[in-house]
Amino acid sequence: MPEHPAYTIFPLGDSALTIDFGNSIDEAINRKVLALFHSLKENPFADIIEAVPAYSSLTVYYDLLLAGKNKPKHKTTYDVMSERMEKRLLEPLAENKLPSQLLKIPVCYDKEFALDMDELAAAKKITPEEIIQIHTSKVYNVYMLGFLPGFSYMGKVAEEISIKRKINPRQRVEAGCVGIAGYQTGIYPLASPGGWQIIGRTPVKLFDPTNKDLILLKPGDTVQFYSISKDEFNSY
Amino acid sequence: MIPFSFIQSAKMSLIVIKPGILDTVQDAGRYGYQHLGINPGGAMDRFSSQVVNFLVGNNPHEAVIEMHFPAAAFLFQQDAIIAVGGADFLPSIDGDPIPLWHPVIINRNSVLQFNGIKKGAQCYLAVKGGLDIPKWLNSFSTHTKAAMGGFNGRALQKNDTLPFKPHDCYVKFLSGKDFVILPWQADINWNHVTSEKIGVLPGHEWTWINELLQKDFLNNPSTVTFSSDRMGYRLSGVPVYADNKTELISSAVSFGTIQLLPDGQLIVLMADHQTAGGYPRLAHVISAHLPQLAQVRPGEKIQFQLTDIAAAEQLFYQQKHHLLQLQNACKFRLEEFLNA
Repeated sequence: MPEHPAYTIFPLGDSALTIDFGNSIDEAINRKVLALFHSLKENPFADIIEAVPAYSSLTVYYDLLLAGKNKPKHKTTYDVMSERMEKRLLEPLAENKLPSQLLKIPVCYDKEFALDMDELAAAKKITPEEIIQIHTSKVYNVYMLGFLPGFSYMGKVAEEISIKRKINPRQRVEAGCVGIAGYQTGIYPLASPGGWQIIGRTPVKLFDPTNKDLILLKPGDTVQFYSISKDEFNSY
Repeated sequence: MIPFSFIQSAKMSLIVIKPGILDTVQDAGRYGYQHLGINPGGAMDRFSSQVVNFLVGNNPHEAVIEMHFPAAAFLFQQDAIIAVGGADFLPSIDGDPIPLWHPVIINRNSVLQFNGIKKGAQCYLAVKGGLDIPKWLNSFSTHTKAAMGGFNGRALQKNDTLPFKPHDCYVKFLSGKDFVILPWQADINWNHVTSEKIGVLPGHEWTWINELLQKDFLNNPSTVTFSSDRMGYRLSGVPVYADNKTELISSAVSFGTIQLLPDGQLIVLMADHQTAGGYPRLAHVISAHLPQLAQVRPGEKIQFQLTDIAAAEQLFYQQKHHLLQLQNACKFRLEEFLNA
């Protein structure tokens, strides 16, 4: 029998529930979440509208009308749905067979794009070259997507380059900006206000609404960054 | 030679002759993509957007135009059956007032406009057959951030020409008049015990604030501030601080989630909310009361009332039942009228 971490199920309003495996950024927990997400995708319930994975939780949105159709009188639709999720959690989850791809993503760490590089270097008493070396040396997990279409929350970032969000977020962060927030790293798929510390920019499109595969990075993927020059960025 | 039918359909449209402050094409939302960070969007008041669709014989998922005040003025190039509902922006056709919640046959070359704000925040316009625009990811809703969906991925502008799906000619019902108001009105009073209070369920972090603050939240009305929009309604009030200072990592949120921000203020997430958030979830507005909340304007007050899941579900079923009855009744009346 596979062992699952302790979890709690709680309502998120009256037409969604969250299965929470604990408030932490942890690869093993995230794999449970993604395995449950894929299990619900492969063997779906007709009354589930969609499931949304996060770092350590999966939220299930359900069609209240459909889900409540044949429920026993003394139970709420929420009761019925949460019992069903508990049952699903008893089944073995294929955590080792999750769809995943390793993507190598070019990043230009040039001064022009690395808006917060100096601040990070000063705060962590480290050189920009070392920051680039550390940022590109690790393979990151895509834990979840959120905030903007295609915005991937990746981690974990090494302690040496981990830094809190900016106190005053920028009114506009350009598409492609690569940032750090705490132990997370991510790429802005669209221009947007944002508070992540920007250390570079990628020429790769993370979100292409006209493409059939509109989002490049999906939960469960892995990413390694590599450094490119400004010329390479411009001619990409 | 251009076939005759093409000429007909090319003219089947409405033109924005004056843009409003934020007129967007919406439907019941774009679901199935939140795991990619694509939020559902959709109409703010889904009760009203469904009812105007029903009034013109459409299915509830058809595209409608959502308007705020000041709202757009539209020139109809072709006769059409329309319905206006939700907020009362004092609609008129060629200067003569028309009522909300009625199907109206509008003649070609007539202008529908909105003359003032009487009540509510979101007004909906449906056209029989629906708007003839492409869907993006199975939805007509406008995703302004991604600049996709709806009409060209943006709010309506002057001279935008929105085609509607070809339909029968209604000129014979007009007898030369600019418009004809069909004599039945949708009964929008789904809940006979009308309460102005907005029902909320406790959120997962509800107990992070002490009982005194909980009581304050439930006993004192909150004002919807002017920095509210389709993403969220910011509430003004005495700052609320949680006793529990645990930093939450991001997880999914929902339309109606009331988040406690670090500055002690509250925000109710609305139709265009982001897919995930990491702030304490103090409470959730119940589904049946979201339409009512969506019609609250900045500057107005709302009073929350704590309820439980069983009651919230019951209200939702009651509302749904009413909507299904309305849908059938509207369909029957319209068919009867058109076939007479």
